Amino acid sequence: MRDFETVEVTTDLLIIGPGMAGSGACVEAAHWAKQNNLTITVVDKAAMERSGAVAMGLSAINQYQGENTPVDYLSYVRQDLMGLCRDDLVMDISRHVNGSVHMFEGYGLPLWKDDQGNYVHEGRWQLMINGESYKAIVAEAGKTAVGIDNLYERVFIVKLLLDKNDKNRVCGAIGFSVRENKIYVFHCKACLVSAGGAVHVFRPRSTGEGLGRAWYPPWNAGSSSYLTTTAGAEMSSQEVVFIPGRYKDGYGPVGAWFLLFKATATSASGVNYMAEGLSEGGELHNWAPYGEVKPIPTCLRNHLMMQKMYSGDGPILIHTDKAIAKLAESAPNEKAYKKELKKLESEAWEDFLDMTISQAVLWASKDVFPEEGPSEIMPSEPYFIGSHSGASGAWTSGPEDLQTAESKSEYFWGYNRMTTVKGLFTAGDGVGNSSHKFSSGSFTEGRIAAKAAVKFCVENPEMPEADPGKIDKLKQDIVTPLEHYDQHHAYTTLGAVKKCYELPVEEVNPNYITPKMAMFRLNKIMDEYVAGWGNQYNCSEMTLNIALQELKRLKEDLSKLAARNLHELMRCWENIHRVQIAEAHTRHKLFREETRWPGYYYRTDFPKLDEKNWADVFVNSVYDEEKDEFQVFTRPKHSLVNIREVVGM
Amino acid sequence: MPSFVIHEKCDGCKGGEVTACQYICPNDLMVLDEELMKAYNSEPDMCWECYNCVKICPTQAIEVRGYADFCPLGANCMPMRGSEDIMWTVQFRGGTIKRFKFPIRTVAEGSVSPDGGFDEGQGSLDDQLLFTEPASLKVDKLWTLSDHQ
Ligand SMILES: Cc1cc2nc3c(=O)[nH]c(=O)nc-3n(C[C@H](O)[C@H](O)[C@H](O)COP(=O)(O)OP(=O)(O)OC[C@H]3O[C@@H](n4cnc5c(N)ncnc54)[C@H](O)[C@@H]3O)c2cc1C
Ligand code: SF4
Ligand code: SF4
Repeated sequence: MRDFETVEVTTDLLIIGPGMAGSGACVEAAHWAKQNNLTITVVDKAAMERSGAVAMGLSAINQYQGENTPVDYLSYVRQDLMGLCRDDLVMDISRHVNGSVHMFEGYGLPLWKDDQGNYVHEGRWQLMINGESYKAIVAEAGKTAVGIDNLYERVFIVKLLLDKNDKNRVCGAIGFSVRENKIYVFHCKACLVSAGGAVHVFRPRSTGEGLGRAWYPPWNAGSSSYLTTTAGAEMSSQEVVFIPGRYKDGYGPVGAWFLLFKATATSASGVNYMAEGLSEGGELHNWAPYGEVKPIPTCLRNHLMMQKMYSGDGPILIHTDKAIAKLAESAPNEKAYKKELKKLESEAWEDFLDMTISQAVLWASKDVFPEEGPSEIMPSEPYFIGSHSGASGAWTSGPEDLQTAESKSEYFWGYNRMTTVKGLFTAGDGVGNSSHKFSSGSFTEGRIAAKAAVKFCVENPEMPEADPGKIDKLKQDIVTPLEHYDQHHAYTTLGAVKKCYELPVEEVNPNYITPKMAMFRLNKIMDEYVAGWGNQYNCSEMTLNIALQELKRLKEDLSKLAARNLHELMRCWENIHRVQIAEAHTRHKLFREETRWPGYYYRTDFPKLDEKNWADVFVNSVYDEEKDEFQVFTRPKHSLVNIREVVGM
Repeated sequence: MPSFVIHEKCDGCKGGEVTACQYICPNDLMVLDEELMKAYNSEPDMCWECYNCVKICPTQAIEVRGYADFCPLGANCMPMRGSEDIMWTVQFRGGTIKRFKFPIRTVAEGSVSPDGGFDEGQGSLDDQLLFTEPASLKVDKLWTLSDHQ
């Protein structure tokens, strides 16, 4: 075995992944931990200053409740998810989120204000920001709260550790440094996993140099899901992916264009497909009750777009030119008109430059001027991002006070946002069915989970312990890909040649598979059989079963992954994490025999909504790692309040 | 591509323990060739064009050339990130140049307080109030289910 040093760290609360949720957890946990003399340790695969989905910045805070009530927000979320969400979790975030946003302002995040000093809204729930440094600012608050000495950066967490006496109790985590030959073993009383969602499970639309330009950042590889699933936590809604409709290729945001600038989109022949869908006899009536109520759910907006594209009436165009002209027209004179046009232009470019710079690069390289003509928009490949308009994640306890008599026995087990594994908490993309929390709501959920995790540590003061034999085995597993490379690389000419740089030249070797090829294999399986864009988002029982067979073989071959260095070792483990969520996703899709989220995926053998059998249940699963078996089942949905009217965007 | 390093301008961060670009890249792409003392992007097709390496490089040695599989050549977007603002120069393929300036933060780096300027709040471990609540909520009381008629 290569020479690896083991570093042992003992702490009370371990926070894995200080992105938006994890940074909120740091701020909150530090306060309660100080009162109770507890220690906190934070670990990130990257540099906390710029890690996670907000690394580049954002141009809007997508959840601010303002004067609306949590029930108003719930009405919108439930509608958007075609009826399925955890009411308790959604309302819990909603009632706290204003506080988080006000704290952001105190941290120095520039929020847009109007002449009266009020926040500028993009839509009912969204606030415009100058968000280039959003993550850096929030991370600074988190780091200051926990203390820089308690932060381990560039450590990739591979797996959680369970108590040797109680398999349903978390007691730590194991990972490795991507910079030096060190394995880290963390021991803790409670652990909060907030390691983001997953991308590159499905084949992206760009597969050359632009492979990394997915809408979702290439560095989140499904670790939240892998870590909680393999610890035995019950998972929920793993079938509910998110597919954003964005500017073609660059995936630049359209939210400001649709909501702030009031742009419209049409098919190639000029049909306003959303208006057409809503009109009498239109497509949306096939998806009642959700299709008939505004705002049109995200998946149904995709669905209308896809119908046009796949019937030959593509591409889909967003009419930026008309939107700008209309806004500028209201100016009283020529001078004011020019000024207004300049302001709008700057706002439009900031939207890209703050959060999707690639889109600005693409427009510049194609000489696109949004005021001169329309641009193409397109649905992306599927992602796992439970914090956005998807819903995948762990099944967690909710707050005690937001329950009815019926819901309490099923939605509450002692600690808010604890999974079904004792001491294991999650937040942000890690939690299922509490969608539409976005950056601010994820930060808020991190706070909620962290407070509960501290309470858990106080009430369960004994230090659990991992089985040392298991730790030794995991240490060996972690470095196996490096050993495969060492053992076999000289077998072929390419492996033996001295390269100037360790560029990603793919070595062909019968004894192993490189992480990138493992990823491509996964992408191909998922794209073609599990409803990727390549198959026009279609799947069926037959294709899903083929996928499961192929995934089984892929899983076997993952034991032959090879890594040339620590960076590639991380790539190997990222793909092991991805394959786990891929399999869970496929099994959940197979189990739910209906098409509930058209525009996210279609079960061609069950092409309709089935309100009778599937409207009131979540699909959940538990994974038994020793047997490598999934159990898939349903859990009832409880409606905590009656929604009289859906409050829109 | 993705980000690339201009050979002439990179000084390897003068041999510091970790170079600035290596420190910041969220995807661990930037590597220092210790013989040449020059950095390079080791996996351009896994680059998100997040520009963090571009913004942090002390010698402006890093730029981005749009992904070759869909970006025609010739354009360039370059930031200059100061302590309060960021200035962008967008150069189009056809020669047009546009400049934009946006604020990035209102509190100086290094002086953020985790409470965001609110008092520590009135909660205890057994209730639902979070750190700084109810002050940060700017209402007297946290909403609960019985508040809904
Ligand atoms: C392109 C895009 C645009 C968006 N636009 C908006 C917007 O305008 N407004 C808005 O409010 N929200 C927006 N969102 C949503 C928002 O970014 C997410 O909701 C939020 O970041 C989720 O927070 P999180 O903490 O769950 O995950 P993240 O913030 O992604 O954090 C994940 C953390 O886990 C770490 N990590 C991952 N794996 C491991 C591992 N194995 N070991 C150790 N650490 C690990 C990462 O480095 C990171 O620190 C957008 C998201 C995307 C992708
Ligand atoms: S930050 Fe700039 S100067 Fe420093 S190593 Fe990277 S490219 Fe070179
Ligand atoms: S642009 Fe971002 S992802 Fe690409 S190398 Fe630079 S820091 Fe890394």
